[in-house]
Amino acid sequence: MLRIDRLSVEMGEFSLQDISLNVDKGDYFVVLGVSGAGKSLLLETIAGIVRPSGGCIFLNEEDITHKKIQSRGVGLVYQDHALFPHLSVAGNIAYSLKGRYPERKASGQITLQLAERMSIQHLLHRKPGTLSGGERQRVALARTLALNPSVLLLDEPLASLDVQMKKDLRRLLRKINQDGMTILHVTHDYEEAITLGQKVAVLNEGKIIQAGSITEVFQHPRHTFTASFIGIKNFYSAQLLPPDTLAPNGLSRVKVSPEISFLMEDQGFSGEGFIILGAEDIILSHSRPDTSARNNFHGTIQEISRGIKGFEVCIDIGVPVHAVITQDALTDLQLREGNEIWVSFKASALRSIAG
Amino acid sequence: MKTSIFQLTLILLGGLVLLFIIAPLLGMFFKTSPSDLFQTSQDPEVIRSVWLTLWTSMAATLFFAIGAIPLAYLLARKKFRMKQLVLGIINLPIVIPHSAAGIAILGFVSRNTPVGKAASLAGFDFVSTPAGIALAMAFVSLPFLINAAMDGFAAVPVRLENAGLNLGASPSRVFFSISLPLAGRSILTGLVLMFARGMSEFGAVVIVAYHPMITPVLIFERFGAFGLSYARPVAVLFILVSLAVFILLRLLTKDKIHAKN
Repeated sequence: MLRIDRLSVEMGEFSLQDISLNVDKGDYFVVLGVSGAGKSLLLETIAGIVRPSGGCIFLNEEDITHKKIQSRGVGLVYQDHALFPHLSVAGNIAYSLKGRYPERKASGQITLQLAERMSIQHLLHRKPGTLSGGERQRVALARTLALNPSVLLLDEPLASLDVQMKKDLRRLLRKINQDGMTILHVTHDYEEAITLGQKVAVLNEGKIIQAGSITEVFQHPRHTFTASFIGIKNFYSAQLLPPDTLAPNGLSRVKVSPEISFLMEDQGFSGEGFIILGAEDIILSHSRPDTSARNNFHGTIQEISRGIKGFEVCIDIGVPVHAVITQDALTDLQLREGNEIWVSFKASALRSIAG
Repeated sequence: MKTSIFQLTLILLGGLVLLFIIAPLLGMFFKTSPSDLFQTSQDPEVIRSVWLTLWTSMAATLFFAIGAIPLAYLLARKKFRMKQLVLGIINLPIVIPHSAAGIAILGFVSRNTPVGKAASLAGFDFVSTPAGIALAMAFVSLPFLINAAMDGFAAVPVRLENAGLNLGASPSRVFFSISLPLAGRSILTGLVLMFARGMSEFGAVVIVAYHPMITPVLIFERFGAFGLSYARPVAVLFILVSLAVFILLRLLTKDKIHAKN
């Protein structure tokens, strides 16, 4: 579908180096990176706005590296939406239809259909300057979808939106992807990557340092930057179980594997979602601890490695759990790979992310 | 207390400058009787010259806008070597004496020059014709349009043009549907300024075409031949016409801008 092969771009003192990505048809691919990592530059290069200094971009097996912007068939949604301020919402959406649909009626019908799909049909006569951030983002999406692009490039689409708008827009983006649109989404927010992406690539200082499925990248970061950037290793897709008579008041039970479930306070989702557990919130002990911690599991130490904040201990309790402990704690507990150990954490240590 | 003295000083100094502009004009108005003004407004020679001034300036503005607006766009968007030199050349007519500009134009279009000869062959002449007047007016007033349009285009985010291209539009469609409308306010201001400046030009026009007489030349001629009291009513009438046209154009362009927003 979209294949980027050893792409290099020079932009003053900054450069994208040796970028290779493969986005399959129907993928929701997220490029994750901090501000200044080169995410927007990558999208602008794919869109043809910036000329690469090396490498190739293939779309549907066609080399589009040096093709004109207007005939590439990729739709770019800018972070600040770049709506045309002098045109109405309808005028913005219909911009790409002019020429392709000379009949005003046909163009009007498509505009209306897209507006309905984005739930902005009541805004068609408004000017972009009078819209909220979320509304503008929907107009920008409708305008780009009117182009019927082969791939949709999204530059930080959820930035600067409030929580509810983010939630609504995430649902909309997921729906657009489920309807068959291939999406390449760049963001600095790992929660967006978890909740939306099927595949993720981590971009740092103009280089892709890791790419793969969300699970691969988040659970097995291959680079210290990835680990420190995402900041968490313990994240699980989870299912909220029905109210449990055994669960103490105010706590819910979430299933993270067929055999393992956690007790948690935060109910940020219903049905399915993701949960995150901070590696520093885990207590390790040789016997079952007699504490207020609601989650206590017996497991086997798989691996001990030196990390940024101390030693990282990976324990298999039925699912992998990563704990961070100090050098002193490692010495005191005399931990070795293969040892059996108790893992404890509070219900409040778990954080949920809506799916 | 200190602030108020400072503000009073500012008001006093500013007021003096305003007075310097208003006093001679008001003096001229008060010294012109309504009957003189009425008689002047009936004078066929005056009427002819006012119309000639208005239409030649308008023609110069519209004709040169065809090239000046694309030039302004290029200057706002493209980086190239010697760009500063080109910008300097564009502003040259503002700094050189307009009589010198007139001499330069005459040297360029008079009958014995290649341009003049080519025009003669086409049955056309620049010297002492409305075409020559328009040319002289355009020469001195073009910087106002180019600079205003350039500022207007520079204020249009390149991102919007790229968004247009990304949506499948050709560069020309992007120019006409995005860049031009968004820079429209500045371009209209530039057009009004160019028209107004062209209309008030004397130095360059008088050298290229003493006849037919535009109003500034007519005022000069009446002053030289008959004195101040004969020139004054024509001057007052022309100022009134200029003000009316200027206000009308500003209102028209303002309406267009409001309609667009």
